[in-house]
Amino acid sequence: MTLPVAFFALFFAWPVAAIVARGLEVDGAWRFGRIADVVAQPDIRHVLWFTTWQALASTALTLLLALPAAYVFARLDFPGRHLLRAVVTVPFVLPTVVAGSAFLALVGRGGLLDELWGVRLDTTVWAILLAHVFFNYAVVVRTVGGLWAQLDPRQEEAARMLGASPLRAWRKICLPALAPAVAAAALMVFLFTFTSFGVVQILGGPTFSTVEVEIYRQTSEVFDLSTAAVLTLVQFAAVGTVLAVHAWTVRRRESALRLVDPAVTARRPHGPGQWALLAGVLLSIALLLVLPLAVLVRRSLDAPGLGYYRALTDPDGGTFLVAPVHAVWTSLEYAAAATAVAVVIGGLAAAALARRDAGRMMRGFDALLMLPLGVSAVTVGFGFLIALDEPPLDLRQSWILVPLAQALVGAPFVVRTMLPVLRAVDERLREAAAVLGASPWRVWREVDLPLVRRALLVAAGFAFAVSLGEFGATVFIARPDNPTLPVAVAKLLSRPGEMNYGQAMALSTILMVVCAAALLVLERLRTDRTGEF
Amino acid sequence: MLLSLRAATVRFGGRAVLDAVDLDVAEHEVVCVLGPSGSGKSTLLRAVAGLQPLDSGQVLLDGRDHRGVPAHRRGVGLMFQDHQLFPQRDVGANVAFGLRMHRVAKGERDAEVGKLLELVGLPGAARRAVAGLSGGEQQRVALARALAPRPRLLMLDEPLGQLDRSLRERLVVELRELFDRLGTTVLAVTHDQGEAFALADRVVVMRDGRIAQSGTPLEVWQRPADAFVARFLGFDNVAPATVAGTAADSPWGKVPVPDGSPQGSRTLLVRPAGVRLVAAEAGLPCTVTTRTFRGTHVAVGLLPRDGGPRLEAACALRDAPEPGAGVGVAFDAAEIVVLD
Repeated sequence: MTLPVAFFALFFAWPVAAIVARGLEVDGAWRFGRIADVVAQPDIRHVLWFTTWQALASTALTLLLALPAAYVFARLDFPGRHLLRAVVTVPFVLPTVVAGSAFLALVGRGGLLDELWGVRLDTTVWAILLAHVFFNYAVVVRTVGGLWAQLDPRQEEAARMLGASPLRAWRKICLPALAPAVAAAALMVFLFTFTSFGVVQILGGPTFSTVEVEIYRQTSEVFDLSTAAVLTLVQFAAVGTVLAVHAWTVRRRESALRLVDPAVTARRPHGPGQWALLAGVLLSIALLLVLPLAVLVRRSLDAPGLGYYRALTDPDGGTFLVAPVHAVWTSLEYAAAATAVAVVIGGLAAAALARRDAGRMMRGFDALLMLPLGVSAVTVGFGFLIALDEPPLDLRQSWILVPLAQALVGAPFVVRTMLPVLRAVDERLREAAAVLGASPWRVWREVDLPLVRRALLVAAGFAFAVSLGEFGATVFIARPDNPTLPVAVAKLLSRPGEMNYGQAMALSTILMVVCAAALLVLERLRTDRTGEF
Repeated sequence: MLLSLRAATVRFGGRAVLDAVDLDVAEHEVVCVLGPSGSGKSTLLRAVAGLQPLDSGQVLLDGRDHRGVPAHRRGVGLMFQDHQLFPQRDVGANVAFGLRMHRVAKGERDAEVGKLLELVGLPGAARRAVAGLSGGEQQRVALARALAPRPRLLMLDEPLGQLDRSLRERLVVELRELFDRLGTTVLAVTHDQGEAFALADRVVVMRDGRIAQSGTPLEVWQRPADAFVARFLGFDNVAPATVAGTAADSPWGKVPVPDGSPQGSRTLLVRPAGVRLVAAEAGLPCTVTTRTFRGTHVAVGLLPRDGGPRLEAACALRDAPEPGAGVGVAFDAAEIVVLD
């Protein structure tokens, strides 16, 4: 437990505290009055208001579109179901910049819709909302659908035998059991969209800005650190509130439900209603999830003879000091290092949290581990530069800085994936081993490890994908001669010219393929006992 | 003494699950703790195994206090209620686990596993997956696994709890034979009196974390210590009575009791066999309420017409009256026990 705590204290709490202090402390005095001042500014108020309502709207839209899909994946058996389930998850592990460029290619200037009907959405909020649905569709399908598939249909049958109509049985039996999962999924989507950075940065243009984007703007363009610090605190408070509610619903979700093997609950669709639902869900997946990615790939191939891809290997592009393709290797190296760190830190934390005698303090730590997901990544990145630049810990020149920041985002996923599996290991199995003479360390190696090996691999995969796509923190600390893929994509997009745009598409496609490949490998490993995220 | 508990106490919340329990188990003895669920039997085993720390009192193994000694260094075996075989290992690896933990060399280990599987009646099963085993086979593997490291004390938690009746009756005899042959010291817990009586040299009845009675199966059966033990053993004809000489004044009227029974205000136990049905006018007038076929006899439920608790009588199949019939009841002193 000491190692994870030290890690989060040193690489999370300390940089964030340092940057907040830098913003609010003037000549040794704390200026808390700044908070009120900043929040009172009309343009900041506008940002706060937009952040909140777009997050609410994105969450509502995602639930509306993804809940039917959760049902379809949980209860209907159709050919290609497992493959499709994996496809649906691809967007979630995609870097935000890829999603941003995919939607730009679909609805932006010169995009597919523009070409066909002259429709452009990139100046409207719809592009952002749709991109958020694209991203978080899987959160709902996985979280809600995962539980739905495991609910014992016999419970509903029992209600039917007692005289309830199908609808009434569903409302009285299924819905209450699902409600906490729906709430948890909604909160997660809200969290992700509230702190959205990459998507809004690319699609929002000058009109739309979330708190996270504003923090970035204030820090790197306006150099107004105190406004950035206040915004960080505001976001921190909002995220803390959401997480507290989340922790509460998770506890409710742990109420004893009778769960069964999901393989036995799915039936072939029957009746026009179910077929129509299936068709609708497939169509929405095709339009919302597959089409943007397909357009992205197509745009990357626009130049004759794979021109954009070949341009990536050209070091004289002018945008970077090295050939953009170099970013692929840099990214893979960083992500591998970040994964190793995240797995060690997250694994230790999960093992400590899973212990039966874990007290209230430990469970509090459980919620704290989620904070890096919600705290402004931009702040973390900038905090790294400020806090870790002087002895005894001067890492500013070290390559390890980027993987450390990425591991911060990856570790919560490792904990989320490992914890349910570790908790599901029957305590008496450990006791049986102890009575047979196994020391605690031996028990972990002989009983826990074989059971969680798959979960560990899945966790590592998620950490890898997340690290690969991390943008908010990396954009600050990646050195110009060693950009990661998402940073390179964003840089290319920010420059004018068809060539830069095409290269961005090509690089995004490469990033997408790498992430999708990692995910498909995971999908084969995933067991039903591993956590949904 | 191999195992001694001295005022062993475990509290969950404010409730004492084990309440100052004193218990001795001698070497080669088979002791069975009998009690309803929630009486603290399993906690007793867990305390001895070192899986549950005591709030006060001592667990002594070979006379040495084992406070603070972790489970894996106690050298006792525990067979869990639902076996808890390791799902990712095959039968042989499950049995070999304890040997590996005790650093037994591979060759020796394999030989030992083969011997043990033969001993429990599963020769050649070493490569089978545990998921494919039936309940009875799992039970045998769990037993072999628990025996493998040769624990000085083997503890069994509801060893036959989940098996069906005929299998249970067969296995309990096999277990008894095996323990006699190996000279194993055994502390078992069960809620099934038949199992306890068949298995044990000595039976310990527990109630609410305390020991209600301890004795040989015959002693416990013949002279239950109190109304609780009597009812737990399945006797329902239990009532307060005032004993004077060889007669007792009970809710069922005057009842004869054996010579030398304790005198004064007592609890009376009338075994069903001691309730004889006679002509309606000859004894305590009762109405037959139920008639339950029990294989070797019929249990007849009787309600005394003048009030008083229900009575159960055991009678031969062809003598059993129809429900609703009026009968008389006479009592047989030989089947009546005055409890202390």
